[in-house]
Amino acid sequence: MQLFFQHLINALQWGSFYALIALGYSMVYGILMLFNFAHGDIFMVGAYIGFGVATALAALAALSALALPNWLILVLTILIAMYLTSFVGMLVERIGYRPLREAPRASAAITGLMIGIILETGNLAILGAQRIRFPSLIKTQVYDIGGVVVTNKKIMIVVVSLVLMLALNEFIKRTRWGMAMRAMAFDYVVIPLMGVPLNTIASLTFALGSALAAAAGILFAVAYPVLDPYIGITYGWKAFVAAILGGRGSVKGACLAGFLLGFIEIFVGAYLSSSLRDLIAYSIILLILVFRPHGFFGEPHSAKLRL
Amino acid sequence: MLNDKAASAARANSRFGWLRAYAADVPLLAWLLGVLVAVLLEQAMGEVLTDLVGLPKIPVLFGCMIMLKEPTLIPSALVYVAMIYGVPIILLGKLLARPANWIAARMITWPIVIPVIVHLVLLYGIMHIWSDLSLYRMLTLRLTLIAIMLTLSLNLINGYMGEFSCSHPGFMALGAYTASAVMVLFFVNDRLFGEALLPEMLGPFMFPLALVLGGIVAALGALLIAIPSFKTRGDYLAIISLAFLFIVKSLFENLQFLGGARGIKGQPDYADLPTVFCWTVLCVWIINNFVRSTLGKALNAVRDDEMAAEAMTVNTRFTKMVAFLFAAFWAGIAGGLFAHTVRFINPGTFDLKRLAELLAMVYFGGLNSVYGSIVGAVSINMLGEMLRPLALYKWIVIPLLLILVMIYRPTGLVAFKEFDVRKLMQPKRKPKNEV
Repeated sequence: MQLFFQHLINALQWGSFYALIALGYSMVYGILMLFNFAHGDIFMVGAYIGFGVATALAALAALSALALPNWLILVLTILIAMYLTSFVGMLVERIGYRPLREAPRASAAITGLMIGIILETGNLAILGAQRIRFPSLIKTQVYDIGGVVVTNKKIMIVVVSLVLMLALNEFIKRTRWGMAMRAMAFDYVVIPLMGVPLNTIASLTFALGSALAAAAGILFAVAYPVLDPYIGITYGWKAFVAAILGGRGSVKGACLAGFLLGFIEIFVGAYLSSSLRDLIAYSIILLILVFRPHGFFGEPHSAKLRL
Repeated sequence: MLNDKAASAARANSRFGWLRAYAADVPLLAWLLGVLVAVLLEQAMGEVLTDLVGLPKIPVLFGCMIMLKEPTLIPSALVYVAMIYGVPIILLGKLLARPANWIAARMITWPIVIPVIVHLVLLYGIMHIWSDLSLYRMLTLRLTLIAIMLTLSLNLINGYMGEFSCSHPGFMALGAYTASAVMVLFFVNDRLFGEALLPEMLGPFMFPLALVLGGIVAALGALLIAIPSFKTRGDYLAIISLAFLFIVKSLFENLQFLGGARGIKGQPDYADLPTVFCWTVLCVWIINNFVRSTLGKALNAVRDDEMAAEAMTVNTRFTKMVAFLFAAFWAGIAGGLFAHTVRFINPGTFDLKRLAELLAMVYFGGLNSVYGSIVGAVSINMLGEMLRPLALYKWIVIPLLLILVMIYRPTGLVAFKEFDVRKLMQPKRKPKNEV
């Protein structure tokens, strides 16, 4: 039983990465009806930007008399990296998606895929193939609760991601921008005619998704401090599966599916064999999709699809 | 009359108009003969010319690699390419235009099989002689031909059917593993499968059977995807096929009797150029006939408007299933050929990178088009090999190129074009007023 709770904690942490990445996919898919195949690599870029910001801030704190506590550096890193990465997302939208607004949707997916490859290769070209150690900003403290080992990092990761998810949910439900996004998801042909600027909403969607991906990247780097340029392709595509499993454009669904994927992966790895992880995880997902073809909270498409 | 003249002048003035005007009366037969002479010329004089212009060795892929590696050698490489390929092809094509036109006009009246075979024999001769000069050329050529099969079959789903499938590397893996397992089990003394069960002389006869078996296994795998995903319209094929790809890859990593993560190596070398060429021609022919058949037209109707197609008595689900299974079958065969060409496969061979490459070929060449598939497969494959000296930056140049193509021609270079063999082979004449 202790072991079970131990895995549960791990699964929560692992699932929150997937959930945060999946949100970006899900928003772009829900609002613009496009696959953003560059999103996994935006996650990777976010982690690297976080690495840069954290290193710079730590150096700054060491140089000047400014006594920045480490937790503040981490918070600042997350915020600054989220801000910077949102521009990467907007750039991706500007280059890869806006010129293709009238094109078949699949073509836009291909440009996204190609931008992802460029980001990945660019990273390899600039920083080389060696892995990078993320500076450890907070000391690991271990709490033992009835035999279940919980570290402060794990608590922080889960709490921060939950806060971000709730914030996104509130943003979409309560604000005018969020209302515009929901309207666009409902019908992207008529809503622009009613004065909602499609381009701005598209940029905003990409920016929000990328900011969340950057947060996921930094949290990932806090938990697993070794970064390599391929984290985008390994985790991004899996989160994409989770995003669609959650249902079109559903924040709730994407989070739930992300956590589900994390749970399956951790528990299969723990109780069966880690080499069977993908096999079982995706078989389960395939089965779910057979019975719920529109995902957890998705509805059938209202507008006619192009291509 | 005046209008005709103005039109031809306008054509000559447009982009590459002079080239088009120059080539207007040159039939395919004359071009093929010209290229044949060019490759024969390289065979005979390549070495001499290489020494003459001061190149270290014969340029393998039209001098691109030499040019990128050593910029000082660019003029010599250009001279070489112009001397061997450029001048002979352009001159001979023009010179032979008249007799070739005469022959083509005769042949086209005969049963269609005869001119087709003549053209194919010429094409094969060109490839054989060209690839004779180096093993590297041979390998590149075989992989390019296999890529044509893969691109064409993926185009069937992504172009003709208008869905987005991500599982092609998975089908390829199924075909590759099946064919490899059969061939290695029966004909190779191997650590994994033990002694060869059959004498080696039976191998070439079993090889097509093994490939077809691989294709069938791939099609059965496709059935697993097709049943749930064609119940509803939408993007669920994309996600189900992606999950399928992960499942197949993970399955082969766990099947220890198929080598697990280490894979299978030492496939017998049966996928030589003639074999691959024959399979590719067969694939292009059959798929071209398929898309021009009633079923193929029904497929296009389903893509453009599923409900209207249904109202016009098209059995949409059946149509989509058949096309999907058919595409998977050819992907399986191509996978088997691929395994016997590179002679080493492991689950990592069929990953997301391969998927990106296949998608790039389809969308670069053009959706809904057999021409486009051939153009896409050949150009992306050749480009990949030619840019090899750029190492890492190759993966920046090719994606950038593809993004530009997508922005300016969103459906690809040669999209929605019919592949008409008869039209391709017919004699060409200049417009009357210019003669």
